[in-house]
Amino acid sequence: MSATAPVPTLLEAIDVTRTYTLGRDVQVPALRGVTFRVDHGDSVAIIGSSGSGKSTLLNLLGALDRPTTGEVLYDGRDVQDRSDAELAQLRNQRIGFVFQSFHLLPRLTAVDNVVLPLVYRPGSARDRRERAIAALESVGLGDRLDHRPTELSGGQQQRVAMARALVTEPALILADEPTGNLDTTTGDEIMSLLEQLHQERGTALVVITHEAEIAERADRRIELRDGVIVGGDLDMVEAGST
Amino acid sequence: MSLREAFRVAIKALVGNRLRSALTTLGVLIGVLSVVLLVAIGQGAREEITGAIEGLGSNLLFVLPGDGDFGSAPTRSQFTIEDVEAIDRDLPGASNRVAGSVVGGEPLQADGQRIATTINGVTASYLGVVTRDVARGQPFGESDVATSRRVALLGASVAEELFPGTDPIGRTVTIGSIRFRVVGVMERVGGAAFGPDRDREVYIPVTAAQRLFATGRIDAIFVRATSTETVGEDRATVERVLEQRLVSDEFSVLSQDDIIGVVGDILQILTLVLAAIAGISLLVGGVGVSNIMLVSVSERTREIGLRKALGARTRDITRQFLLEAMVLTALGGTIGLLGGIGLAQVVAEFLPIPARVTTWSVLLALGVSIGVGLVFGVLPARRAGRLDPVAALRHD
Ligand SMILES: Nc1ncnc2c1ncn2[C@@H]1O[C@H](COP(=O)(O)OP(=O)(O)O)[C@@H](O)[C@H]1O
Ligand SMILES: [Mg+2]
Repeated sequence: MSATAPVPTLLEAIDVTRTYTLGRDVQVPALRGVTFRVDHGDSVAIIGSSGSGKSTLLNLLGALDRPTTGEVLYDGRDVQDRSDAELAQLRNQRIGFVFQSFHLLPRLTAVDNVVLPLVYRPGSARDRRERAIAALESVGLGDRLDHRPTELSGGQQQRVAMARALVTEPALILADEPTGNLDTTTGDEIMSLLEQLHQERGTALVVITHEAEIAERADRRIELRDGVIVGGDLDMVEAGST
Repeated sequence: MSLREAFRVAIKALVGNRLRSALTTLGVLIGVLSVVLLVAIGQGAREEITGAIEGLGSNLLFVLPGDGDFGSAPTRSQFTIEDVEAIDRDLPGASNRVAGSVVGGEPLQADGQRIATTINGVTASYLGVVTRDVARGQPFGESDVATSRRVALLGASVAEELFPGTDPIGRTVTIGSIRFRVVGVMERVGGAAFGPDRDREVYIPVTAAQRLFATGRIDAIFVRATSTETVGEDRATVERVLEQRLVSDEFSVLSQDDIIGVVGDILQILTLVLAAIAGISLLVGGVGVSNIMLVSVSERTREIGLRKALGARTRDITRQFLLEAMVLTALGGTIGLLGGIGLAQVVAEFLPIPARVTTWSVLLALGVSIGVGLVFGVLPARRAGRLDPVAALRHD
């Protein structure tokens, strides 16, 4: 691993802090200076106890949120230099999200849920549907196209969510405790699917997890505690080092 | 997101909440329906009344006390029968083109019955001047007026009510405490939904009426010009004569057009007032839309957060909710419009109130209902668009 050829950097977080303000003057420092890099085709596990700032970091990496201080660079350009609309476009084109609680729209069928990110980019309805069906087939749900979330098991719902994340062919998938709501066996299936995606398509993967076993399977690991990185494979903490 | 896609999403969301959408639509529907219906009634009334005035003929001049401003307090009449005679002398051509009338509201009694009528004391020339006809019997003449004879012509409805199935001619009616002999029954006029019912009037000689009402005055003078072209000449003659004869110049000569103008203006204002009142219910409907859209935004906070995470921009979300509000109100507007038109027909059919649906009220109702969706949808839609994706996704 230490001898790999340099790969292009996908995103960099440089000395990022994020402080939430509660009410008038209660400040919650969720991240207190995190430097961190994700390369194309990387797979990274973020571990740490509850409240250590994992989700906060993932939201920043996913351009869902802006840091209080520091930089988050995508393709070398800071998110702070981009408008909300540009960030929306960045999320749509480069990033796929997988959430712990799936976040499927209950009124929509599996296909329509997977189509969702595609409606925010140009294209015909038929083309979108075809791509959604292909994505569902690739996660093994080709026979559940018109099922609504309530008609699917938890594992199946998370697969639909994965199809929704990969249908846009993102460079990076961000998964916040994707197995947190699933039993061990189903969770393993979901993780295998994520790893398969990562290996077959070269999609970079950042997974938050509580489970050491899952973390072991990632190329690299970082551990957060109280908003700072306290351990893991520190080689990627300092940008540019090998 | 394309507009078409946004439209699809809006329809889907509304259908997904059928009952709520229907109830919200109902508010707008009722508003639009009442605008269309009330304006139709106002417009119908206007056409009916101006039509009735036109029915009097364009050659007729009305001479009334006061300055002719309908807004000012009524002026006590200065006119006398001598004024009528003076005008008659000075008008060119055939006589009997001038008539006078004095009006009172004494009840009428006969055969132990007592009914409310309008008592019209008129000169012998009156029926000719205002072109009314006697259906049965004979009108009274100059000599009856000269001798204040107590004879009466009954309106068709009056005759029917007092003497059902029998011939009223020769019978006696009591007005005040004075007995009059019925000499004729008027031709039925019919159809007046507004203004005085001409079929409930009773005509007696003006001299007898003046005695009955204990007055020396008359209330109004009528002049029939020989043709539409000579209306102006006759008006000048009337004004010249009356200016010489009357101490005060408090009188006005109105042609049919003058009256239609004034009455039409009043009714137009009435129509607008009705539209404004109905507009308030439309406004209430709009507030309902706003309210329900806010509820919808709050219920769908997680959906909004998700859509943003997946690449929706602020304006995609705003547009989606705005479109939803506008679909709701446009739907309510269209159904309300059709309902209003339908109800206007029903009203025209079953009630003596005419109703006339006008293009402007239709366009107004539709435009306003879509506008209501826009105005009352903006606040919820902007709130939706501005939601922070992280917070929205955590919302439960
Ligand atoms: N929206 C918020 N407002 C205020 N405090 C927050 C908010 N989100 C997270 N926090 C706080 O920031 C810290 C880190 O939260 P989070 O990143 O969710 O931790 P993790 O995902 O590791 O459990 C916690 O103390 C949490 O209470
Ligand atoms: Mg978390």
